[in-house]
Amino acid sequence: MKGEIASGRQVTAAPYAIELRGISKAFGSVQANKDISIQVAKGTIHGIIGENGAGKSTLMSILYGFYKADAGEILINGHPTAIPDSQAAIRAGIGMVFQHFKLVQNFSVLENVILGAEDGALLRPSLAKARKVLAELAEEYELDVHPDAVIEELSVGHQQRVEILKALYRHADILILDEPTGVLTPAEADHLFRILRNLKEQGKTVILITHKLREIMEITDTVSVMRRGEMTATVRTAETSPEQLAELMVGRKVLLHVPKGEAKPGRTVLEIKGLRVRDGDKIERLKGIDLTIRAGEILGIAGVAGNGQTELLEVLGGIARGTGTILLNGDSLDLTGKFSDGQSRRRRGISHVPEDRQRLGMIMDFTAWENIAFGYHNDPAYQKNALLMDNGAILEDARGKMERFDVRPPIPSLQAKSFSGGNQQKIILAREIERNPDLLLVGQPTRGVDIGAIEFIHKRIVELRDAGKAVLLVSVELDEIMSLSDRIAVMFDGHLMGTGPAASATQVGLGCLMAGLGGADTRAMAGWDISSDAHEERQATGMRA
Amino acid sequence: MARIPRWADLILVPLISLLLAGVISALVILAIGQSPMEALTTMVTGAVGSPYAWGYTLYYATSFMFTGLAVTVAFHGSLFNIGGEGQAQLGGLGVALVCLAVPWPHWTLALPAAIIAGAVFGAAWAAIPAYLQARRGSHIVITTIMFNYIGAALIIYLLVNVLRPAGQMDPATARFPAGAALPTLHELPILSAIFDKKIPANVTLFVALIACWLVWLLLWRTRLGYEIRAFGKSEPAAIYAGISPFKVTMLAMLISGGLAGLMSINNVMGESGRLLQNSSEGAGFIGIAVALMGRNHPIGVVLAAILFGILYQGGAEIGLWTSIPIELRTVVQGLVILFTGALDHMVRMVLGLFFRPRRLEAA
Repeated sequence: MKGEIASGRQVTAAPYAIELRGISKAFGSVQANKDISIQVAKGTIHGIIGENGAGKSTLMSILYGFYKADAGEILINGHPTAIPDSQAAIRAGIGMVFQHFKLVQNFSVLENVILGAEDGALLRPSLAKARKVLAELAEEYELDVHPDAVIEELSVGHQQRVEILKALYRHADILILDEPTGVLTPAEADHLFRILRNLKEQGKTVILITHKLREIMEITDTVSVMRRGEMTATVRTAETSPEQLAELMVGRKVLLHVPKGEAKPGRTVLEIKGLRVRDGDKIERLKGIDLTIRAGEILGIAGVAGNGQTELLEVLGGIARGTGTILLNGDSLDLTGKFSDGQSRRRRGISHVPEDRQRLGMIMDFTAWENIAFGYHNDPAYQKNALLMDNGAILEDARGKMERFDVRPPIPSLQAKSFSGGNQQKIILAREIERNPDLLLVGQPTRGVDIGAIEFIHKRIVELRDAGKAVLLVSVELDEIMSLSDRIAVMFDGHLMGTGPAASATQVGLGCLMAGLGGADTRAMAGWDISSDAHEERQATGMRA
Repeated sequence: MARIPRWADLILVPLISLLLAGVISALVILAIGQSPMEALTTMVTGAVGSPYAWGYTLYYATSFMFTGLAVTVAFHGSLFNIGGEGQAQLGGLGVALVCLAVPWPHWTLALPAAIIAGAVFGAAWAAIPAYLQARRGSHIVITTIMFNYIGAALIIYLLVNVLRPAGQMDPATARFPAGAALPTLHELPILSAIFDKKIPANVTLFVALIACWLVWLLLWRTRLGYEIRAFGKSEPAAIYAGISPFKVTMLAMLISGGLAGLMSINNVMGESGRLLQNSSEGAGFIGIAVALMGRNHPIGVVLAAILFGILYQGGAEIGLWTSIPIELRTVVQGLVILFTGALDHMVRMVLGLFFRPRRLEAA
């Protein structure tokens, strides 16, 4: 039942596929959504863009029945519709593809698609029907996935297609995708966009939530910008620019590209030879890496998450053990044993901003000032005497660091978890950069960080480079790698596929290398050294080996 | 998760939990045909009604402070040490050996020696489960609880076969020399004006209070405490910071076991004057409840230890002066632990409903 009480209302033009009117939602004293109204025409792709905490996810959760709005109404195809739970959302024709997939890992594609949408007690008829429907969908939308493949053997891009198939199988006319490209290679993202365009042509309505301006510009017809729970603007994409959108998101002018001068590389700071690392399950994650970084240079590691970048940072940061040789300023680092821990690394002048700041980089229940000492709690400046720490000194230090790194609010006694992602990251950067390390390891410096803070963080990293320090940058954001690095190395399956100057790198070329492929696009990048491991031809891509 | 103000979390939640435990206890007493009011009066008079009553309450509270601190220190390192019983009993062995080994001239000499021995023996008993956890990954909850039984059996063996003086019937050590007897509060200057009768509470109470202060210093003012707390909150982050999980696990458990062992100063040296079997009498387990209720903070541990001292002493009085069986003490304690420890989230959630809507109405 769709609450059809709109009998009195005159519908003049074709009704909007989705219309939100005055949606408000508060959590305690936090107003997550304030009087939000959007109209999305049928058969269009609508982007919703905004910083973290702007209220995008809350809004979509209301639309999908996870939260109940405090005020406002939702109209689907012109009819006011109550969406108390996700079942109601599905009945209203809304499908959702979450950032973190909700698939049963050891079920086949077919089984996942019919899960919760079985027609009866016996599976066989449902499976047969689903197989037929899937074949049709695959043809119609380029959504080809082998119906009998088991989820855990599929690549992330294919898993995402299964999520889309699930929604379409449930007759979704409106598809919501939350940050869909975060885990995809550029090629996979392109394929996803082709699928979305096909969906649009068939009259489906797509809502794309993202923080990537480039994607908004590339694929959407209209875009809404959210800031602090409010809808600041809805514009036609063709009539706007990335700069304007960024300004609408942040509320001030933002530099999208880091202004940085020419790098002046000096002596070699880090030299890695034949580095191999195994993970907890004894699976080899780094399969012989050779790499050098010079003083005054930012080396960016591009790659899809999970291809060994994490392990590289971990072994350099003293978290993981490995074999091979690592020379720092010409002296070797211990890769196993007592002096391969994080304390030893810090003493040698390596600072580490870890990829997962909430899990590794800080103790979320500690205060900001306690986190400023984290990893450096043995620093003599923080001790009162042989036995006791000087909490007052740490507090003072924290106050200065938080001020210099513009942490908001600048209150050292607040718990780390009460800061936003960007400000947590600034606390960690303040702690690590102000140690003035010879080598700074930075993993995903701007993941989950607001655009305004990204600019600040990038500036600080470039400043450290200009001070003659070496920086190893790992990021899954290709834009970030390309704009921040001086040299780029691409990692795939534990190998370096290629290394070369950032200036001559192209999106397409890097994308090929990230998928383990060589070819003309990679050879076109001047000054690049392409590994012989990069295959010339695209291999069977349906399933991973 | 509903958020409630800090004062409500620290004061209101324990009070309501206690009240709930009291109400259910009253229902149980009603169900066995006795008067809850009579039980309450007897309990309150018997536990806090006179200096004499306080003398017993504080004696129990002293033991609970040590075991509560033991659980607290381990808990901050995310280690659930439920081996306080065994560690306390082994601590008792250390205390007894020291007290018997030397004809102590005065208690001021015997006490420091007994403190060291009790702590070392308690720590040693915690060291094995700690090592097994840190190096072999054997879960500390399982190993510490098993070490309670092994410790009890070991003590009985030693009492029966080794330490029992020839000709003595009961399994216990010989009596400690007079010079190793700790003064009770009644025997101390100034305090003797308050405590007019012989009571079991003794100078160990002050050792316990000092231990509370030292534990506070350890946890929030030393590098080791910082490492223990960091490790307890997040092991991956601790490894990132270069904190050794092995070192922290071992040290936290050694300190925890040492604190549990110190409890024996109170009962073995201060009260019975010899080592008996099952000397800890469940205090090791009560320490878990004390730490839980005291929110793993030394000040909370002191308050919770006194509360459990009251329950323990008051419960004994009920068994003595009313027709309510003494086993009811266990029921009441169980209910208090259940409500203050296991179910306090329930109270917090209900309270959260009261604290939250007001803001929404304003919005």
